[in-house]
Amino acid sequence: MKTKKLIVKSRTENLSKIRDFVSSNASEAGFSKDEIDEMILAVDEACTNVIKHAYKFSPDGDIILEIKFDDNALTITIEDNGISFNPDVIPEPDLQKYYREHRVGGLGMYLMKTLMDEVKYKSEPGKFNRVSLTKKLKSA
Amino acid sequence: MADFSTILKEQGDISVIKLKGYLDAHTAPVLENKFDELIKSSKYKIVVDFADLAYISSAGLGVFMAYIEKVRENQGDIKLASMSDKVYNIFDLLGFPLLYEIYKSEEEAIKKFSE
Repeated sequence: MKTKKLIVKSRTENLSKIRDFVSSNASEAGFSKDEIDEMILAVDEACTNVIKHAYKFSPDGDIILEIKFDDNALTITIEDNGISFNPDVIPEPDLQKYYREHRVGGLGMYLMKTLMDEVKYKSEPGKFNRVSLTKKLKSA
Repeated sequence: MADFSTILKEQGDISVIKLKGYLDAHTAPVLENKFDELIKSSKYKIVVDFADLAYISSAGLGVFMAYIEKVRENQGDIKLASMSDKVYNIFDLLGFPLLYEIYKSEEEAIKKFSE
């Protein structure tokens, strides 16, 4: 099992650094290009949600990313110390609603669930929120 | 830092926005500004060319949702063109082809405005 860690501030300009971190490690773990693209997007969505919702665009929160992988799977854990939320109340995507309201919401979470094999949330209000995204290696 | 830029081209009364690079939560405001400019000058026939767009996240998709109704209320449209398979798949996953016309090429999208 290999473990890599990255800590960045809650700023959207850091999303590209986060994507590079996912890309290089997923590549080392042996995933295909398409699978790596899926993981990059899922992690981007998770971190965008942290910046937007947990830290409400306050730029000095910490986003702690940890990647663990072995021959079977890769798990990316994203932790923050911002505002907690209940993942069960986030609605499924509804395009007609977005059209009426001129905005999208909940797309990120839907993408994470669709693009990854497993998505887990753990939240201790006032302490931390943690989302773990896992993708299995097909060759395993 | 993510690299994203747009090039605006006018073809008759049609505005073509060419996207380049990475469209995420950081760069989405750049595209929002482009749409704001067009709408301010009453240009509602818009084609977005995705040929050089390497990446899009839901923050980027949200930009199209923010302006589509306003544009259509003014007898215009936002037509999308030249997406890579990778970018198209994200639009498709979220059901966007139901709401937006997506064409293989910029020329095809432009032509549709005169039909």
